Amino acid sequence: MKFLRPLIIGLGALAIGLTADAAGGAKKSKAPEGGWPFAKVPAGQLDQQSMQRGFQVYKEVCASCHGMKLLSYRNLGEPGGPFYDDAYPNANDNPLVKAIAAEYEVMDATPDEFGDPVFRPAIPADTFREPYPNEQAARAANGGALPPDLSVITKARGKGAEGDGASYVYSLMKGYPSFDEVKFREEPNGEFVNYLEFDDGEKVGELIQPIGVYYNPYFAGDTAPQWSGDPRHKPYGGFLAMPAQLPDGRVEYMDGTEATTAQMAYDVAMFLHWAGDPKQVQRKSLALPVMIYLVLLSILLWFSYKRIWRNVAH
Amino acid sequence: MSGHESTYEPKSGFTKWLDNRLPIVRLAHDSFVDFPTPKNLNYWYTFGGILAVCLVIQIITGVVLAMHYTATVDEAFGSVERIMRDVPYGWLIRNIHMVGASMFFLAVYVHMFRGLYYGSYKAPREVLWLLGCVIFLLMMATAFLGYMLPWGQMSLHGANVIINLFGAIPLVGESIQAWLMGGPSVGNQTLQRFFSLHYLLPFMIAGVVILHIWALHVPGNNNPTGQEVQDVEKDTVPFHPYYTVKDGFAIVVFLIIFAAFVFYAPNVLGHADNYIEANPLVTPAHIVPEWYLLPFYAILRAITFNIGPIDAKLLGVIFMFGSIAVLFALPWLDTSKVKSMRYRPVAKQFFFGFVVACLLLSWCGAENPDNPIIKMGEDKLIVTYTDAAGLEGSRVFEEYAPASQFREETVTAGGTASLGIQVAPAFRFLHLSQLMTLYYFAYFLIILPWLGLRERPKGEPDSIHQSILGNEAPAAAPAE
Repeated sequence: MKFLRPLIIGLGALAIGLTADAAGGAKKSKAPEGGWPFAKVPAGQLDQQSMQRGFQVYKEVCASCHGMKLLSYRNLGEPGGPFYDDAYPNANDNPLVKAIAAEYEVMDATPDEFGDPVFRPAIPADTFREPYPNEQAARAANGGALPPDLSVITKARGKGAEGDGASYVYSLMKGYPSFDEVKFREEPNGEFVNYLEFDDGEKVGELIQPIGVYYNPYFAGDTAPQWSGDPRHKPYGGFLAMPAQLPDGRVEYMDGTEATTAQMAYDVAMFLHWAGDPKQVQRKSLALPVMIYLVLLSILLWFSYKRIWRNVAH
Repeated sequence: MSGHESTYEPKSGFTKWLDNRLPIVRLAHDSFVDFPTPKNLNYWYTFGGILAVCLVIQIITGVVLAMHYTATVDEAFGSVERIMRDVPYGWLIRNIHMVGASMFFLAVYVHMFRGLYYGSYKAPREVLWLLGCVIFLLMMATAFLGYMLPWGQMSLHGANVIINLFGAIPLVGESIQAWLMGGPSVGNQTLQRFFSLHYLLPFMIAGVVILHIWALHVPGNNNPTGQEVQDVEKDTVPFHPYYTVKDGFAIVVFLIIFAAFVFYAPNVLGHADNYIEANPLVTPAHIVPEWYLLPFYAILRAITFNIGPIDAKLLGVIFMFGSIAVLFALPWLDTSKVKSMRYRPVAKQFFFGFVVACLLLSWCGAENPDNPIIKMGEDKLIVTYTDAAGLEGSRVFEEYAPASQFREETVTAGGTASLGIQVAPAFRFLHLSQLMTLYYFAYFLIILPWLGLRERPKGEPDSIHQSILGNEAPAAAPAE
């Protein structure tokens, strides 16, 4: 197998190139137990039921602050999407998608005959309605922080491997300390502070949680300024402006699934993973035929090569 | 190869007519069908064909992408996503183009290491090598320009870092910088000129590739023995079908790896931060170029000291460009008359050292230079204090408890104190990159010139056919 050597060496070089790590001191995010179904080789699958639940979580929880400006309502009913239905190959005809779109009022791109803006219920062709009219409004409503657009959030986190970004969303959403873990006390000067205690058998330090931000070990940041304890062993993670969003029972799933924190985190990560790359179903279904074709072609060429060179010493 | 008789005979009336006016079919026949090619080329020699395929793939997918791409700062990011979402098979075209850039560089590096190992840059192939270096430079420029186009965070801030390098050049630096950016900062006008140039350069590459193949076909292929063809009958086979089928097989194996990335991990070779839309006000924590530029980035960052009047920044730029310039001088730096390192047992060791140095430089380029590789001792705690009497000082502790106690005692006594980490000495990525940069330049400027004069080559065959048929098979050949 001498001919494989250049390839192996090349791949080795790539592996070394891939060690770039941008997140500063955040805990490594983990995929759910058993891994993501869409990350399986040779043909991963999205879980449509889970995506539908995930959309419900997005709609009822995330959407009040986070936009998804690259998505249109029709995307929900396209092949591979959460509400795709064989009966409606054109997503614009899908009644579920139409109903979802109609819940939102949007401004029509064309004004009326007097030049005044026209407001109407959205249709599947419209893009997801933005929660805020502009960045300033978004910041004003969130204590100065800008909630990021979630269209490609799963591609913008992790290291680019399939499921990296979904694992980040999943880990972050269920990574907040529980309600009991965040304690509060009154300081001698009368101020109330929130803090977390970390122990390693015995208490090793306290992390003060400043007002308006929330600790999460999976969020890239720096805990050093808030940490009282050995600075060599500061906790992972950082503080973000979004509090824990998914306590048990935050949404009531229409399909009766119990809405635990882990379940909602899983579902919304699945939905956002689809949203970041909605054509992944086509990609994954084309993958295996292409690989088989190329492998067969290479076998054919290998024997052609052997036959053509059979009488030539080389 | 030059001097071999053309065997093309036009058969039909039309081809006879055409051959008397524009012998293009004859040219193709002599270059790619009947071209005498050494019998003993191994799989390392298939990467030229693989690279031609890469260039064609990049140009075809790139032209289609340009039909849908919008080069403005407001719409570039969204338009790339729109291609992935709404253009039929746009996801496939874009993934191929994106992964294709990495595959192109993977192949070109193998191709270049092949040339270094078998001495393909030596007489009579110096011009062939120089043209190859020009292609490599153009490729790096094209890749850098293309990385800007999706207008993600790395696009913008990476472009900023590279353009700022030119600012280090004395006198004209700032003017060059403004000229590249088309204004005072990287903005819409920069994106538009980068798009224009990104579309132009691949065709310049294609032009130089034609020259590169021409310069190859005058002396003919080098081969693992380094011996020139002496007897066309005994030493060579016609290019077709012998090498079309061998290259074809290698190309398809390469495409399997290519497809594995396109279909199973299209984003793994890039950087996640580039899926965050560019924002000049937010700088990413670590700005890292694409993997294929990491060794040069590591060389740039390895220079942290001034030499005489030249400051570290300019010196880094000089070293980075020098690392490519030295490739152009290579045919005249290597003094050995023996081409192939198969017969240069000492030089071979240094060559593999050079490959390792390049890989380690890539690793250094990806990491923060201050990160330790080997720590010498544990980090300690240092309490810096001003006591009640106003005396300043610091004390070092191993354990946290006494350090914390000392700090509290100082504060209780009316002073101020703060606790920090005293970082243990370590062998850091910076040091590794400095060592490897030293080796990189020493390889070209000292080792190759010196070795050629001192070493004793071993077991060189007299001809290609002797190496194939004779008993003097060289030991420890890398392939075949």
